[in-house]
Amino acid sequence: MADFEAKIPNDRFRPAGVDSTKSEEINKPSLTFWQDAWMRVRKNKGAVVSLIVLALLIIMAFTGPLISGKEFDTQNVSHNNLPPKIQGLENISWLPFDGIKTNKAGKEIDTYEINNVNEYYWFGTDALGRDLFTRVWKGTQISLYIAFLAAVIDMIIGVAYGSISGYYGGRLDNVMQRITEILVGIPTMIVVILMILVLQPGIISITVALTITGWVGMARVVRAQTLKLKEQEFVLASKTLGNSDGKIISKHLLPNLAGVIIINTMFTIPNAVFFEAFLSFIGLGLQDPYASLGTLIDEGFKVLRLHPHEMIIPAVIISIIMITFNMLADGLRDALDPKMRD
Amino acid sequence: MAKYLLKRVLYMFLTLFIIASLTFFLMKIIPGTPFASANKLGPAQMEIMKAKYGLDQPVPVQYAKYIGNLLRGDLGISFQFNNTPVTDLMLKRLGPSMQLGAQAMLLGTIVGIVLGIFAAIRQNTWVDYSSTFIAVLGKSIPNFVFAGLLQYFVGVKLGWFPVLFWRGFEYTIMPTIALSMLPIAIAARFMRTEMIEVLGSDYIMLAKAKGASFFEIAFKHALRNALIPLVTVLGPLAISLMTGSLVVEKIFAIPGLGEQFVKSITVNDYPVIMGTTILFAALFVVIILVVDILYGIIDPRIRLSGGSK
Repeated sequence: MADFEAKIPNDRFRPAGVDSTKSEEINKPSLTFWQDAWMRVRKNKGAVVSLIVLALLIIMAFTGPLISGKEFDTQNVSHNNLPPKIQGLENISWLPFDGIKTNKAGKEIDTYEINNVNEYYWFGTDALGRDLFTRVWKGTQISLYIAFLAAVIDMIIGVAYGSISGYYGGRLDNVMQRITEILVGIPTMIVVILMILVLQPGIISITVALTITGWVGMARVVRAQTLKLKEQEFVLASKTLGNSDGKIISKHLLPNLAGVIIINTMFTIPNAVFFEAFLSFIGLGLQDPYASLGTLIDEGFKVLRLHPHEMIIPAVIISIIMITFNMLADGLRDALDPKMRD
Repeated sequence: MAKYLLKRVLYMFLTLFIIASLTFFLMKIIPGTPFASANKLGPAQMEIMKAKYGLDQPVPVQYAKYIGNLLRGDLGISFQFNNTPVTDLMLKRLGPSMQLGAQAMLLGTIVGIVLGIFAAIRQNTWVDYSSTFIAVLGKSIPNFVFAGLLQYFVGVKLGWFPVLFWRGFEYTIMPTIALSMLPIAIAARFMRTEMIEVLGSDYIMLAKAKGASFFEIAFKHALRNALIPLVTVLGPLAISLMTGSLVVEKIFAIPGLGEQFVKSITVNDYPVIMGTTILFAALFVVIILVVDILYGIIDPRIRLSGGSK
């Protein structure tokens, strides 16, 4: 060991050059909040798969009714209650797409042959002979539309209410908090049902009913965050520079709230999908001929024992939507706000 | 504590009053008539019917009467179900709902806690992932979809359990499973986080250091402390059970409150709708209050007054 040390020439011991200009240099490219969040979302396999599946579902919701070549409300009674049959997949015996149905006695019958149907109904037909493929995607469209609309309205009201209440504080906050406290005490299910009874089911009335108490959660989260943020120096600086309250809230506070707002909205959407379907299932859904996933499940449930495909297909679609939204929301929460991990 | 309690109870009554009033006025503006065979009645008969149920009086008078009766526990008379008082109607239906709810709560929390514990002590293994996946499924799949499919595949196809009605314990099995999915999900997710947090704390390290066995640590030291905060999810659990009971009771034809609520909605039976709404709301508000108080008693670190979330 001592030999080894002695063998090193002395001239190799030079002080390392310290360049004071480079000591502050940043080696890795700096990431913005969003780049950082996106990196973390990408690492979460569940969230990425969910995002892809969800994108496919949304694309199908819009293109599905177009590529089927059938209308969602065209009735053809002679083609009613046909099971699914898909070209190419019909000869694979273990797939349920061969157009063959098992009747009550347990005998397999080819309903397409009996009724002399030459067309293919990819998801089968309902009791009135309407093409379920078209109806399911049309229904997905409407369900998602209601959910997104409700989530956006919740977001707007909740953010405005929460930020105003938190920012101004004092008596205004006190009054606004009492209102939310009472609203939180009212079960959502009951308000939604009562509102639908009064307003009559429709896309807009279902959305309105969902938003009546839906915004409270968002308002509370936004208020809590605003309370924390408004004490920070940058708000004081902005105030000193003479910016108005409105500008401080919209320009300085809201961008800092973006994370919690997105997380909250992502959880609102599956909730709205669920409540819309729930309402349909207890008989307060959209009226025929319009369909949402909820009404399709409701109609399918009534004939579940005879024509199981009429419920199973929309049930699978709604379950996939709910699962992917929840997993994506979980992933986003972990990515945007590591402190909020449950 | 006393001041806090008083405030909370006051709020509770205020909320209930608002719900009762809201329900009343909303029922007044609902289109459609509440009488069963309304189209067969002539105008004179209609007048008699209205007078019988007090619907001919001005709305403020009806309102005052309604609130007065409500305070005495009288919820009026059903329009549809053979003129039975709503209170009697509901009392008869309370049993099955309570039993179903309690069974689902018990099954849900036990299975959820077990899943959560195993996920936490085997963190980031297949045990954890499958437990988390079950929780995501339970949270995501709408309960009526799950109940419907369960009824079809397990009840009709496999024939393991009776498909409909409420005639004995084996009739309660499928509805209980269907209703407990969301509680399982909520309890499992919550338990997992709590256990992970507790397992990382100093006193667990001490227990390890003194040589306690793995199971002793997990079940004797960690579980007890992780269970305490579970009280906070009892509220959301109870709400999920109430919402779920509406559809599950409808699917399995159980003579409970939820089934009656759904039925009365379709036939415009105002007094029953109002009564059930108020009962649901009251249960909800009381449960939330009890949970909050319980939490303050169990965990003295939580200061009740002035504590902000």
